[in-house]
Amino acid sequence: MKALSVRNLDVWFGVGRDQVDAVKRATFYVNAGASFGIVGESGSGKSTILRAVTGLIPTWSGEIEVDGRHVQHKRGREFYKLVQMVFQDPYASLHPRHSVDQVLSETLQLHGFKDIDARVRGLLDDVGLGPSFRFRYPHQLSGGQRQRVAIARALAPEPKILLLDEPTSALDVSVQAEILNLLNDLRAEHKLTFVMVSHDLSVVGHMCEEVAVMKDGEMVEVMDIETMRAMTPRHEYTKHLLEASLNYSA
Amino acid sequence: MTDTTPTPESQSLRDWLLTDTPTSRRHAKFASFYKGWLRLRSNHMAMFGFAILIGLLFVAAFAPWLAPHDPYYQELSNRLLPIWSEGHVFGTDSLGRDILSRLIYGSRITLYIVTLVAMIAPVAGLLVGTIAGYAGGWTDVILMRITDIFLAFPKLVLALAFVAALGAGIENAVLAISLTAWPPYARLARAETLTIRSSDFISAIKLQGAGPIRIITRHIWPLCISSLIIRVTLDMAGIILTAAGLGFLGLGAQPPSPEWGAMISEGRRFILDHWWVATVPGLAIFTVSLAFNLLGDGLRDVLDPKDEKS
Repeated sequence: MKALSVRNLDVWFGVGRDQVDAVKRATFYVNAGASFGIVGESGSGKSTILRAVTGLIPTWSGEIEVDGRHVQHKRGREFYKLVQMVFQDPYASLHPRHSVDQVLSETLQLHGFKDIDARVRGLLDDVGLGPSFRFRYPHQLSGGQRQRVAIARALAPEPKILLLDEPTSALDVSVQAEILNLLNDLRAEHKLTFVMVSHDLSVVGHMCEEVAVMKDGEMVEVMDIETMRAMTPRHEYTKHLLEASLNYSA
Repeated sequence: MTDTTPTPESQSLRDWLLTDTPTSRRHAKFASFYKGWLRLRSNHMAMFGFAILIGLLFVAAFAPWLAPHDPYYQELSNRLLPIWSEGHVFGTDSLGRDILSRLIYGSRITLYIVTLVAMIAPVAGLLVGTIAGYAGGWTDVILMRITDIFLAFPKLVLALAFVAALGAGIENAVLAISLTAWPPYARLARAETLTIRSSDFISAIKLQGAGPIRIITRHIWPLCISSLIIRVTLDMAGIILTAAGLGFLGLGAQPPSPEWGAMISEGRRFILDHWWVATVPGLAIFTVSLAFNLLGDGLRDVLDPKDEKS
């Protein structure tokens, strides 16, 4: 069963002579319960794919299927009950004037839940934040705590697919590991499907079973994680990328 | 004062307000409000302005008890008494009315004008600006060109034209001032909206299926309002001066109403021989305008969301 399938996805910005093709004919499939990684350099279009899937970028064409259903350009609330996203920068993804409680209860209210109070407590518990964090404002939280709140918000509608847009790149290394482990635990617990964008190959290696490599808006290769670990990719660019990452970490 | 000698209760109240782990929605609101107040209190100039405005409120509220004379009572034998004369601290005007009493009653008119304008102009500007900024496209173009047209007129001249069309009087003066005062707020709100609308937290709430009305009112307004409040307090001086200017030109408050601008205009005829008749209400306008400016400056330090990131 495919949780997410994307066929011939084109995404562009601007019109006429200013048009920039950010993603060209991207095709990939993600099985239910799997974790799929997308890697590439900055500007290769990996985040753009996620934003097009969620509808934050309206200028796309191609076929997107979520849970076996076709996705229209205008998405309804049912779509957002299935697919949620965690953003890269936890400092920018929380409203500076809304407390944790406000963020979560508004989300729950929008999705029509009734037992909001109990659910807010449950969500905070899920992401490892105690009840003392409930009424804090973002400026009273650290980066890692903010990202936990953002994850709780994404989990609030009980989605099946979680899109992760470099969820740890704005955090320092020890906090990164905590958040990645939290995400792995949550995936097992809630039977989530992950699509994770990252430029960090070790993060993807830790989290994902399958990896797509992007270059200049094109998906040059989709390989499983063993191929990546064994350093035996088919495409020249992937080889290059893997070698570069080895040099970097050595 | 409880601030200087903290008793156990006041100490625990302070702790309750300053805690980093609020226990309820209301607690969190009170705490963040209290922290803002502490920051404002450390700005002495702002507190000075704040004190003057509290004084103005007090004077306006208790005018009948504070005023030594009836502000409308004319006594031609006592006309143009100098400052500090017996029974008339600020002297009397050309019809023998006590200037201090007129000032005290005039504070009510000033507050009335300021409050009404502050309720109309920023709200109109906020609506126009946020809708234009969030909707973009043709809505933005049309709304902002209308704003530009209003901005292109000199304020007082436009207000004059409105008052001339609507008829003289305080309510019409308020309307006229509001009509000329909203465009800068619309500009400000639009600029703020443009920076906010592409931020991740707006994307995040869109992913929860929130509609544009909810996004504008719940997520964009709270961020625009602080800069608008700052701007309004800083503009208050200008609003008072425009109101006074209209009064001075005879198009605002009508005699015998003790509006400060109208009082200056009456005193203008005697300004060489009897300077205090025009000077005293002028000083009152100056003091209140200065108070608003000082407070606005302090509020900017407290409310500016750009400083809160740290």
